[in-house]
Amino acid sequence: MNADWDVTTLLEGMVRDLRPRVDPEQTAMIGIFTGGVWIAQALHRALGLKTALGQLDISFYRDDFSQIGLHPQVRASDIPFAVDGRSIILVDDVLYTGRTIRAAMNEIFDYGRPANILLAVLVDRGGHEVPVAADIAALRLNAAAGGQIKLRGPDPLRLELLTSPRTAS
Amino acid sequence: MSLSTFRFGDGNPQYDAQGRLRHLLNTEGLREPEMLQILDTAESFLSIAQRSVKKTPTLRGKTIVNLFFENSTRTRSTFELAAKRLSADVLNIAVSTSSASKGESLIDTVDNLMAMQVDGFVIRHPEAGAAHLIARHLGDSALVINAGDGQHAHPTQALLDVFTIRRLAGPIEDRVVAIVGDVLHSRVARSQIHALSILGCPEIRVIGPQTLVPKELSALGVHVYHDLQAGLRGVDVICALRLQKERMESHRLPSLDEFHRRFGLTPERLQWAQPDALVLHPGPMNRGVEIASEVADGHQAVILQQVAHGLAVRMAVLTLLAGAAGGGENHA
Repeated sequence: MNADWDVTTLLEGMVRDLRPRVDPEQTAMIGIFTGGVWIAQALHRALGLKTALGQLDISFYRDDFSQIGLHPQVRASDIPFAVDGRSIILVDDVLYTGRTIRAAMNEIFDYGRPANILLAVLVDRGGHEVPVAADIAALRLNAAAGGQIKLRGPDPLRLELLTSPRTAS
Repeated sequence: MSLSTFRFGDGNPQYDAQGRLRHLLNTEGLREPEMLQILDTAESFLSIAQRSVKKTPTLRGKTIVNLFFENSTRTRSTFELAAKRLSADVLNIAVSTSSASKGESLIDTVDNLMAMQVDGFVIRHPEAGAAHLIARHLGDSALVINAGDGQHAHPTQALLDVFTIRRLAGPIEDRVVAIVGDVLHSRVARSQIHALSILGCPEIRVIGPQTLVPKELSALGVHVYHDLQAGLRGVDVICALRLQKERMESHRLPSLDEFHRRFGLTPERLQWAQPDALVLHPGPMNRGVEIASEVADGHQAVILQQVAHGLAVRMAVLTLLAGAAGGGENHA
């Protein structure tokens, strides 16, 4: 089943919520591969942030690495700014267990010590397994554990709710 | 169990029954998807060396043993650093061949280490097949990486060389690569030839004196030259080999000077190849023998980049093998 959420409208809501909390001259943004980078690119453009966008591949930081092994396609993380003392907006598409965000924060701290990190996601679908919460979420759901919410993209961006059983976390 | 009873060619012990890469023993028999996955993953590890914290938690809690029966500085230290940057614990064991012959067999040594619950072995040994022997003995209970066995194979060196070519010279599918020097005694050359051909290199040449180039190579589709000028014509990448002085007892060369006069890479001779052809060397170099100092320190040499790339490639190999050990899929 495809839900008919309009990603453009959801993004506009995120930009509205983020605008009072960013300083375009100072605030930096990091997207998590793959969907988080797509969302971050749109937000980065709309907010007019001056610092180049960062991209994070958390494959080497996953807490289930020793169970599931290496992701077949690892991309290079790229943080093109000094992290120390920086205000950072961390962006992902779907917040579910929270483990990806934990891994991403571990990786960010290996680049330096940010002043603060704010988490912005397109969808917070509930089901958190660690104490991670989104500061900004365009959509808050309480999705069944069996379902899967997936952002397809990059052009156009489309949010899909799949009700088939989950095969991987 | 003696190494001489071991036979090659029965199966491919690098892969398990599910087709996952569990050991890295040779570039021969390595499939292209895994090779590409190692090279692509290494790209990601390269940038980690630029961060303030040069470590990832990927192999936290794992123990890797560097088991070296032969001297090595570069290979052993990059493997050690690779494992440490992945947060593994590393045990370095340098065994002189004489003390090994004092009694304990290779398998006994490995079994003793396995009793200490280690997760992987990086092994260098003067006899061909040593890493294969250990991999077959251990099966999937620990990962094994061949860091050089006799004159047989040195897969991580070959992988870092193709990684270097891919990064600095462009797609291997349209580059002409020449391997120059003592091919006969070189495990590096053998592993390079397999890696290059798996990645679709259209023309692989070997250049060296007749006494140092095995004739069978032309059967592998490799072009053999005994004249440096003819061999370098049109070449994009030159892989120099270390002249194995310690393996030259059999009088295959009149002298090192004679070798340098005919096959040494000098600035003048580099001009026979393509302009700005890359010069690789696995180290350690014999300056003034296979390579002149002006070339080794010149702008076409990428020898120190090879070292940096070697670290990233070894991190990628350790990550891929350790990930498969947990039951994960690792093929692209």
